[in-house]
Amino acid sequence: MTVFGYRLPAMSSLLVWGLLWEIIGRLGLTFFIPPLSEVIGTLFEIIGTPAFLKALSETSYAFFSGVTISIVVGIPVGILMGKSRLLDELLLPWVNIFLSAPLTALVPVLMVLFGFGMTSIIITTTLFAIWIIILNARAGVMQINRSLVEMGRSFGASPLDAFFKIYLWAALPEILGGVRIGIIRAVKGVIIGQLLISIVGFGALFELYSSNFLMSHFWAVLIVLFALAFSISELLAYLERRVAYYAAKR
Amino acid sequence: MQNRPLILKLLSAAIVFGAWEIAGRIPVSYAFPTFLETMEALVRMTLDGSIFQAYAETLKPLVLGVAISAFLGITLGLWIGLSSWFDWLFSPIFVVMQAAPLAALIPILVMAYGIGLTSKIFVVCIMAMPVIVLNTSSAVRNTPASMKEMAHSFLAKDRDVLLKIILPAASPIIFSGLRLGISAGFIGAILSELKITPTGVGDIITYSRSIADYPSMYAAIFSIILLAVVFLNLLEKLENYLFEGNNRGYASD
Amino acid sequence: MKGIIVAMPQTEATMKKQTSAAPDSAVSVRNVSKNYGTVEALKNLSLEFPRGQLTSLLGPSGCGKTTLLKIIAGLLQPTSGRIEVNGAEVEGPGPDRAFVFQDFALLPWASVIRNVAFGLELRGVAKSERESIAERYIRDVGLTGFEHSYPHELSGGMRQRVGLARALSVDAQVLLLDEPFSAVDEQTRRKFQEDLLSLVKHENKTFIFVTHSIEEAVYVSDQIAILLPRPSRVSEIIRPTGFRHKDVDSIRRDPEYLDIVDQIWASLRSYVE
Ligand SMILES: Nc1ncnc2c1ncn2[C@@H]1O[C@H](COP(=O)(O)OP(=O)(O)O)[C@@H](O)[C@H]1O
Ligand SMILES: [Mg+2]
Repeated sequence: MTVFGYRLPAMSSLLVWGLLWEIIGRLGLTFFIPPLSEVIGTLFEIIGTPAFLKALSETSYAFFSGVTISIVVGIPVGILMGKSRLLDELLLPWVNIFLSAPLTALVPVLMVLFGFGMTSIIITTTLFAIWIIILNARAGVMQINRSLVEMGRSFGASPLDAFFKIYLWAALPEILGGVRIGIIRAVKGVIIGQLLISIVGFGALFELYSSNFLMSHFWAVLIVLFALAFSISELLAYLERRVAYYAAKR
Repeated sequence: MQNRPLILKLLSAAIVFGAWEIAGRIPVSYAFPTFLETMEALVRMTLDGSIFQAYAETLKPLVLGVAISAFLGITLGLWIGLSSWFDWLFSPIFVVMQAAPLAALIPILVMAYGIGLTSKIFVVCIMAMPVIVLNTSSAVRNTPASMKEMAHSFLAKDRDVLLKIILPAASPIIFSGLRLGISAGFIGAILSELKITPTGVGDIITYSRSIADYPSMYAAIFSIILLAVVFLNLLEKLENYLFEGNNRGYASD
Repeated sequence: MKGIIVAMPQTEATMKKQTSAAPDSAVSVRNVSKNYGTVEALKNLSLEFPRGQLTSLLGPSGCGKTTLLKIIAGLLQPTSGRIEVNGAEVEGPGPDRAFVFQDFALLPWASVIRNVAFGLELRGVAKSERESIAERYIRDVGLTGFEHSYPHELSGGMRQRVGLARALSVDAQVLLLDEPFSAVDEQTRRKFQEDLLSLVKHENKTFIFVTHSIEEAVYVSDQIAILLPRPSRVSEIIRPTGFRHKDVDSIRRDPEYLDIVDQIWASLRSYVE
């Protein structure tokens, strides 16, 4: 978008929306939308409070545990599926099913099996993230150029060398793409888990604020969450672009 | 062995369901019914018709929400794709929405619109819309320039370029955006039944959990996952059939 | 070793002529057949590759050239028959053979020097040693100054030079080249062919060179094996000796060169639809 020959920065329209928000809030059109300035004021008030920090640390713990499990399990499983036809044919239908299944329906099962706590939320997060990571790692391995594999063999690479020096790197762009999408899904998963098991993390905080009609508190937490989620996704996209230079040239 | 893929699929299903059955018989948890008990409950609910009633409830917000998202999302996506001004104004919102955990808006929606159908439709919409808008706009933006130039060189009007070049060229990606939107809509519909008020399938799940009728609870969950997976797979088949030969890609996930 | 031959180009040329009747083979292919399912890619094929010379495998596409080369490399197992390199049977890839790939097969995430040294890296050669060897071959193929570039920053021709340097740096006695110049533009290709001739002259290595270009085969080869499909077989072996000692510029105008090109075209034309 250019105005009078001056190029407007990409996300700058968010300022316009912020302004609109402020105006609507000031006009007092609805109780649910307090002015943005008030929300931001509240944001700085609550950001250091123990309740907020507790929610943040619980959420981060669940999020990082879920993401770590997904990556540590998902990438090797995907690579194995890409390398072994039998394993692939046995597992692929299930991976596809869980990828498109409405995973929210499984949360009640997790709650009765693992209790109303952290474990269930971590598993929810993992379930949201892992399938796409598996699928992309698999695709990454399957697209490895055949002559790269033959090159490794003809120069006498040991299986371990071939894996760590060739396959892993050759599949890296796809693997990273899967990890990026997986992590974005994990953010959604951890929040959905907390909403349904609403005694942990931000779930508890939302419950507290909404039952006391603390609107600006609520919006403040939402802004923090959305900003965090967006930053994570942009950071990952940036990292992915850094290896993309060779993705097209393999 | 021509039937190898099919045999392996059946084998794979047998392994998983067999493991479920065994785990249920041990049992690994008092709340873990066997596969056969679950199927029995599913058959029972199918025969007495309660599952159909439940789906009539559950599908209402889903269908309405997806229809609204599709209409608004495609319209908005076209606009964003065609006008750099709209792109500047609206894209950031949907890009943020795409990355953000929108489920967190549910408490506010409930406060604003109550616990009825409206809130549930809203939940489905906020989950389904971003991917529809983003896929549509990027498909429109990425219409090959040479095709548009070709049309202009044959003196096409703007309307013709839109209807005869841009829309057909963009339709595979718009369609896959719809499919991803419906997938997200399923998540939203069930989330709203579990979080806002238990109705439909969410009601079966919540109620049977409260009276510890785990086979019914698992059967309801099994059925909704089955429904979503089968439906989305059919959509994907349709997509492959309709757009065979077109190059496809997802703008986002 | 290298020095001696460089010092006696004349002797070598005469020696080749004498030994051409019963050449000492570096590689022998004995009754090799290869089936892909029901497709017979190679059928009972035998061929000798004289030591220190360049042999071309020439034929229309689909006649099994790549298959034969990969069997020699040990990348594919023949359905029947055997391959000997220096009298020892081939059972898999080995340090005595190095492969140059049609699509280069470079590691896109590694710099030129790491790519060239990669064969040595896999053999466990220490970093400083393998890099000094790699630097020498980078210079030999004319890529000095590009050591720290990445493959995507190079042109197709330069990438193939990296592939060539990598194969040379492991110092294998047999170099296997699968249409190495087919993804390279015509001008670069001619330069490559000249460079290849001087490599054959100065390196005491056996080259097995796959091509589908008649001119290229006649220009660079000491021996040309013409492969024909359906059933796949060696239909003819041609040794263009008359102009081999001439300098690179006059070969293409040599009457014998032109005759051989015509003769090969005559025997191949019936296989080209
Ligand atoms: N992996 C394979 N599976 C089945 N058939 C193959 C395979 N590789 C090659 N072929 C067949 O074998 C024949 C020879 O192939 P190739 O050696 O690649 O020929 P060339 O290199 O001379 O073009 C061709 O008919 C080809 O279709
Ligand atoms: Mg070939």
